[in-house]
Amino acid sequence: MGTMTIAKGINNGLRAAMERDPKVVLMGEDIGKLGGVFRVTDGLQKDFGEDRVIDTPLAEAGIVGTAIGMALRGYRPVVEIQFDGFIYPAFDHIVSQVAKMRARSLGKVKLPMVIRIPVGGGIGAVEHHSESNEAYFAHTAGLKVVCCSNAEDAYWMIQQAIESDDPVLFYEPKRRYWDKGEVDESAAPRPLLEAKVVREGTDATLIAYGPMVKTCLQAAEAAAAEGKDLEVIDLRTLSPLDLDTVVASVEKTGRTIVVHEASTFLGMGAEIAAALQQRCFYHLEAPVLRVGGYNLPYPPSKLEEEFLPDLDRVLDAVDRSLAF
Amino acid sequence: MSDNAVASTGEQTGTRPAEDDVLAELTAPVPEVGDGGPEMVQLLTPEGQRVENTEYDEYVKDLTDEDLRGFYRDLVLIRRVDAEATALQRQGELGIWASLLGQEAAQVGSGRAMRPQDYAFPTYREHGVAWCRGVDPLNLLGLFRGVNHGGWDPNEKNFHLYTIVIGAQTLHATGYAMGIQRDGDVGTGDADRDAAVIAYFGDGASAQGDVNEAFVYAAVNNAPVVFFCQNNQWAISEPNERQTRIPLYQRARGFGFPGVRVDGNDVLAVYAVAKQALDAARSGQGPTFVEAYTYRMGAHTTSDDPTKYRVSAEVEVWKHRDPIERLKSYLVHTAKADQAFFDSVDAEADELAGTVREGCLSMPDPTGDSMFDHVYVEPHPVVEAERREFAEYHAGFATEGGH
Repeated sequence: MGTMTIAKGINNGLRAAMERDPKVVLMGEDIGKLGGVFRVTDGLQKDFGEDRVIDTPLAEAGIVGTAIGMALRGYRPVVEIQFDGFIYPAFDHIVSQVAKMRARSLGKVKLPMVIRIPVGGGIGAVEHHSESNEAYFAHTAGLKVVCCSNAEDAYWMIQQAIESDDPVLFYEPKRRYWDKGEVDESAAPRPLLEAKVVREGTDATLIAYGPMVKTCLQAAEAAAAEGKDLEVIDLRTLSPLDLDTVVASVEKTGRTIVVHEASTFLGMGAEIAAALQQRCFYHLEAPVLRVGGYNLPYPPSKLEEEFLPDLDRVLDAVDRSLAF
Repeated sequence: MSDNAVASTGEQTGTRPAEDDVLAELTAPVPEVGDGGPEMVQLLTPEGQRVENTEYDEYVKDLTDEDLRGFYRDLVLIRRVDAEATALQRQGELGIWASLLGQEAAQVGSGRAMRPQDYAFPTYREHGVAWCRGVDPLNLLGLFRGVNHGGWDPNEKNFHLYTIVIGAQTLHATGYAMGIQRDGDVGTGDADRDAAVIAYFGDGASAQGDVNEAFVYAAVNNAPVVFFCQNNQWAISEPNERQTRIPLYQRARGFGFPGVRVDGNDVLAVYAVAKQALDAARSGQGPTFVEAYTYRMGAHTTSDDPTKYRVSAEVEVWKHRDPIERLKSYLVHTAKADQAFFDSVDAEADELAGTVREGCLSMPDPTGDSMFDHVYVEPHPVVEAERREFAEYHAGFATEGGH
């Protein structure tokens, strides 16, 4: 048991996975001596060597493309994409090769690889450094997409993703990298593909993942002061979705708001809303509401606080749901 | 600063002839489909005459007459399989076929230069390489018939699945080679252990970012990979001059590894050049770019119409460079094979074509629910739910069977 940041949780998780399995290799830009621009791989090249922590050329298609080859040879590559907005050069390899290789081979090939992506805004960055593109990949059959929101999950989920025989996109909430939390390194972890009720409540359910989990917990605290009892779910896995946990909660509360940084149009919230009206139509007391980024290119950082969901926008949606 | 630099260069025009020559060479129009030029490695002329080559002769010196007859057999059989597949497509039994007609020597020469532990990453036209690796031609037909997307076990013959996205496999090949390095299976001197990878692609793919990134990754990692480009002169309808301003093999120099152009219709030369490159890779000397200068005698695929973009005179020129006739002529005038041998190969080819045809026609269609198999390794709730839905939907028709 110890207190650590999310970044350190991932770092420790990577270290544990590498100690356990010599086939685990890390690949990415600046992940060696520098330890990555967010220092998530800090110290790993020093301890595991340049053959296992590989500083790659600056070419994302090349990173993912060669990682595929490494996986075909029997390795478990863990790829770091430096920022969310830099994944697109590798998009073809992810959706056309990583996702489809197993089906193409009729089950004779597996690609156990993890693609780590720092995700989301709120850090005052220039363009391409604040995006939330998880829905592109959640839309692609053959991939698994998960997102951690706290240090304990960071530590365990990265190890579970590495152990998965299926390819996993592992989203890391970059603005929360330095948030600290308790990590029990000896406890049995929750299964990777399960959502978690992180706050129990009875009046409405807030559904979030990654950076918005903290926002929703803060919103629930604020709502409690006004006598509203909100449940908060951390989805943790975006593909597949753990709908059973979500449905159980919404059947209890009857009202729900999905919150994510990504634009709402065809985002995760749209899928969740569609699933909920199918699975618990008669339990719904109000339409499923969504709070997310506006349907715009990510704005300059001076505007990002107005673009991103925050506590007030979540509470506004809660009021609208409760008033319905 | 840069403006000044340009101006000063301009003032000196005419006083630095060497630089002007370089510039002229770099900006000269790329010749149209030619004979490959003086730097092209050739061991057999189109007429089947053996040409001495001090660098590459040693790579073919151990080939026996039986080996040479084996090459001939490979060339004839795979051309016959290819012709049968084209016919099957014309008869509606295949959705499409990508013919290798004209490229047999490039594929057989390189395929036979591989050792069992080497690994090939093909495009979708490497039927001849597949043949050399021992992949059943029927496996290839499944993809073109639409019963699967490939479906063979790549690790069985070290022949990866066909890759349709142009150039993507060059990166996979490079990563696989990086894995070989980490396994310590390079440069040990153990002929049965040291392994190399060969990445196939074409002149069109040379323009892809993936291919250029693969060159960079292979170079900086000194990875044991041979980039084997079959320059068949045409990327569907676009000739070489739409892809490159310099001969492709010369690009390798810019990436920091050797490049060599070989007569892709000369199976002996291709074997020698590929063997040298594979040997170098296995021994730890890193990548080589091989440009096999050849010609796509047929259409890009059965859906293509080359009469829209190229002249028949060009095709006629290349008919005289045919890879099979060239080797046959050599075997005949050196008395390394007799008519009985050629007759027996023809008979075997006909028999193989019959087997391929029969196998194609009797290939079972996949069952509907099989599309839910193999999406993920581990159980997946969405796939399983939809599999159930699909089964229930179709079971509904069964219970209405009275209608």
